[in-house]
Amino acid sequence: MIRLVKRPQPSRFWTAVTPILAVLLTMVVGGIMFALLGKPPLEAIRIIFWDPLFHPQFAAYSRPQLLVKAGPLILIAIGLSIGFRAGIWNIGAEGQYIMGAITGAGVGLAFYPMESFIIFPLMVIAGALGGWAWGMIPALLKVKFGTNEILVSLMLVYVAEAWLASVSSGLLKNPEGRGFPGSRNLQQYDSAANAEIIAGTGMHWGVVAALIAVIFAYVLLTRHIRGFHIRLTGEAPRAARFAGVKPARVVLFCLGLSGALAGMAGLFEVAGPAGQITIDFNSGYGFTAIIVAFLGRLHPVGILLAGLLMALTYIGGELAQLMLSLPGASIQLFQGMLLFFLLATDVFTNFRVQLGRKGAA
Amino acid sequence: MNRRTLIAGAALALGLAGTAMAQDKTKVGFIFVGPVGDGGWTYEHNQARLALEEHFGDKVETVFQESVPEGADSERAMTQMALSGADLIFTTSFGYMDPTINVAKKFPDVKFEHATGYKRADNVSTYSARFYEGRAIQGHIAGKMTETNKIGYIASFPIPEVIRGINSAYIHARKANPDVEFSVVWAYTWFDPAKEADAANALIEQGADVILQHTDSTAPQAAAEKAGNVITFGQASDMIEYAPRPRVSSIIDNWAPYYIARVQAVMDGTWESKDTWDGIGPGMVGIGEITDAVPAEVKAEALALKDAIANGEYHPFTGPINKQDGTPWLAEGEIADDGTLAGMDFYVEGLTGEIPN
Repeated sequence: MIRLVKRPQPSRFWTAVTPILAVLLTMVVGGIMFALLGKPPLEAIRIIFWDPLFHPQFAAYSRPQLLVKAGPLILIAIGLSIGFRAGIWNIGAEGQYIMGAITGAGVGLAFYPMESFIIFPLMVIAGALGGWAWGMIPALLKVKFGTNEILVSLMLVYVAEAWLASVSSGLLKNPEGRGFPGSRNLQQYDSAANAEIIAGTGMHWGVVAALIAVIFAYVLLTRHIRGFHIRLTGEAPRAARFAGVKPARVVLFCLGLSGALAGMAGLFEVAGPAGQITIDFNSGYGFTAIIVAFLGRLHPVGILLAGLLMALTYIGGELAQLMLSLPGASIQLFQGMLLFFLLATDVFTNFRVQLGRKGAA
Repeated sequence: MNRRTLIAGAALALGLAGTAMAQDKTKVGFIFVGPVGDGGWTYEHNQARLALEEHFGDKVETVFQESVPEGADSERAMTQMALSGADLIFTTSFGYMDPTINVAKKFPDVKFEHATGYKRADNVSTYSARFYEGRAIQGHIAGKMTETNKIGYIASFPIPEVIRGINSAYIHARKANPDVEFSVVWAYTWFDPAKEADAANALIEQGADVILQHTDSTAPQAAAEKAGNVITFGQASDMIEYAPRPRVSSIIDNWAPYYIARVQAVMDGTWESKDTWDGIGPGMVGIGEITDAVPAEVKAEALALKDAIANGEYHPFTGPINKQDGTPWLAEGEIADDGTLAGMDFYVEGLTGEIPN
């Protein structure tokens, strides 16, 4: 008889080990899946995890791409993790990401074709404000009326998508676009472009912002009284109230911050790698960032690593599709397994496995 | 600048390594917006890819990547494909336009073919099909067949391609049946079976007994089959599994002849950048079998219309046609020019509702 006994405290050992275990299990089960599809499993795993970093033909290009792909994931996940620590579940980062991209790009396009160094910083601020405002809707509704922020923030993603469709074919439509929806390409507008800071490295301002966010979150959570309040609210809400923490403030802070970071991520993406506002500009970063936040154990450094790992599976997955003709869906399944195994192995963090009979208890 | 030289360097190194191989094999890449099993748009592009392999045998190697999101991800997919030594890359969705141009700049020796776009370069061609020719035939059958006089139209995105299809279908449905009304639902997706089924059901509930679709899944066909007295048309691919009812005919994209010709041109060294917009005549647009659910007389009319379009006797946009607001667009006997058609952003007179803006 196998029994699970709840640990008095989460195990530190297992907290650190489960992500690695989850990756290994994903490799094994994913490998079996690839074998069943008639593809060489070891080669597939090597292409996904090794080739983007070290393949002689592709690595020079794909290594910088890791940063491009990981940047927005990390930036959004950091914001989400702070809320998750406090037990505030912002599931709508995708919507905040979209709104940030719209407001940020909107400010940039309003200046077109003027060239000035001030335009890009203004766009960043506008992007952050757009995401912040979108995050404040579920925050205010929760504080004022006690609505559930999970539902409200998630539903607002669909509202944001409707806005995106509307501005792509209306307000922000490229007047020289021959009637097709989509804005001007910001990559071709120097003052608004989020170009690489050092060419060939993939390092654009969004990646820099993500790194700053990691440091900021680390300091906030470990050194700052507000970070303590956030952790306390999540771990012991009653104790937090006795300690004088105002729950409403924590809600407003967490949803506002995660919204602002997601909005900035949207702006950096639209002004950089994506280039333009289009109807299907968003490609799921806001949702994938939830996986990244948990894979990184809601810890800033963990999120940094998890974001890079997630980016690796994306880019490696693309290479595997290209080189082995793997179906696209199998790569998505592979990524899904990662979260599945993480949640499954998480049992060991909170529970101890006990072998033997139940009778005595 | 640095990045470009870096990549050009990589491309060059690769090109050198690749030429020895490339002498006997031409590598052709495809970027697909949906899964190859979507049963519609991407499915047909993939069929053409398979036709390439069949036609050229050992002389060609094809690679593809499916479900590639438009935007930054597609740029990476194309770059990796070019780095892997592709000689010719087909990018098969409108949203790949700017990424295709960007990547083509970095790889001047690789040829690119972008479907449905309008930006070209020395190594970028564009191609599309005159699907509106097929829409005219659909519209005629729909107008003749409807009993409720209500025709539902599942549109994807408000782009000229889709608007052209709505206008063409409407003009010809109206000619066949002056009482006909169109309801257009914008699904904002090319492929999402759940959304498409919802749209179809909503239209059927409003009384539509003909459903036209500009989305790629077979979900509307399934919804119509369940509802019973509703007819549909296959989109992009034949969708013959729903014949003879609800699917009474279809518009089939047939890219194979074009793809074979372009690959041959690369092999012969005669490839040049150009814009191709072919219709029923050259075989890029096919009309799937009209089933017995359609009365023989209507079928004969539809086929006559098809022949007239194919041999150039008739153009689906022939005046007199007014715009939705009543302002004249084409005078009696006037034929629409390709420029206006390519950028069409207005409904013709008689259509209700607005193009989302």
